[in-house]
Amino acid sequence: MAEPVIDTAVPASGALPWIEILEWGQALLSGGLILTGTFFVLAGAIGVLRMPDFFTRIHAAGMTDTMGAEFILLGLVVQAGFTQLSLKLLLVAFFLFVTSPTATHAIAHAAHLSGLKPRLGRYQAPDLEDIGKGDRS
Amino acid sequence: MANLVMIYISLIGAIGMLIGMGLLLGRSIVGPSFYDRALAVNSFGTKAVLFLCLFSLIIGRSDGVDIAILYALMNFIATIAILKFFRYRALDVPLAQRPEKSGGRRG
Repeated sequence: MAEPVIDTAVPASGALPWIEILEWGQALLSGGLILTGTFFVLAGAIGVLRMPDFFTRIHAAGMTDTMGAEFILLGLVVQAGFTQLSLKLLLVAFFLFVTSPTATHAIAHAAHLSGLKPRLGRYQAPDLEDIGKGDRS
Repeated sequence: MANLVMIYISLIGAIGMLIGMGLLLGRSIVGPSFYDRALAVNSFGTKAVLFLCLFSLIIGRSDGVDIAILYALMNFIATIAILKFFRYRALDVPLAQRPEKSGGRRG
C-alpha cells in the first residue's frame, strides 16, 4: 500500500532499465521477422514473374509464400503481444499454413492432368498416356 | 521510440506486400496458360491477406485481421472452385473418383 510507484525511465543506481530493454527486444525481434518475411515474399513474387516455366513458377510461389507468410505473421504476433489480436493472427497463420500448400498442390495436379509439360532442355517429357506402358530403361 | 521502430518496419513490410501484389498482377495478366493465372491469383490473395494484417496493426485497429481470416479462407475455396470448374466445366461433380468409371479421363 505504501509502496511507491517505481519510475522505470530513471533507474536507480546500478539497476538496468528492464522494461525499456524488453521493449527494444520485442521491436527488434518483430522487425527482424517481418523484414525476413518481406524478403521471402518479394523473392517469390519476382520468381513468379521471371521464371521461364509453369512448374518453376509454382515452385517459387508455393515455397516462398508459405515461408514468408509464416515469418510475417509470427513477427506481427510478437508485435501484438499477449492479446486477443495475436490469437486471431495465429489463426490466420494456421489457415495459411494449411491452405497455401494445398492450393499449390491442386494447381500443380490440375496442370499435370491437363497435359501441361515442363521444359526440360534437351529432353522431352512423355505424354501422360505413355508413362505406364513405355520402355523402362 | 521502440514502438515507432516497429511501426516503420511494418510500413516497410506493407509496401513490400504492395510491390509483390503488383508483380503478381503482371504475371496474372501476361500469363501464357490458365494455370499461371490461377497460381498468380492465389498468390495475390495470400499477399493481400498479409497486407491486411500489417495495415491493421499499423493503423492500430484490429478489424482488418477479421477480414484477413475471411479472405484467407475464401481465397482457398475460390482457387479450388475455379480449378474444378475449368477441369469438369461444371461444379456439381464429386471431387472423389467414381470406382465404377474405369478410364476415360475427362478434361
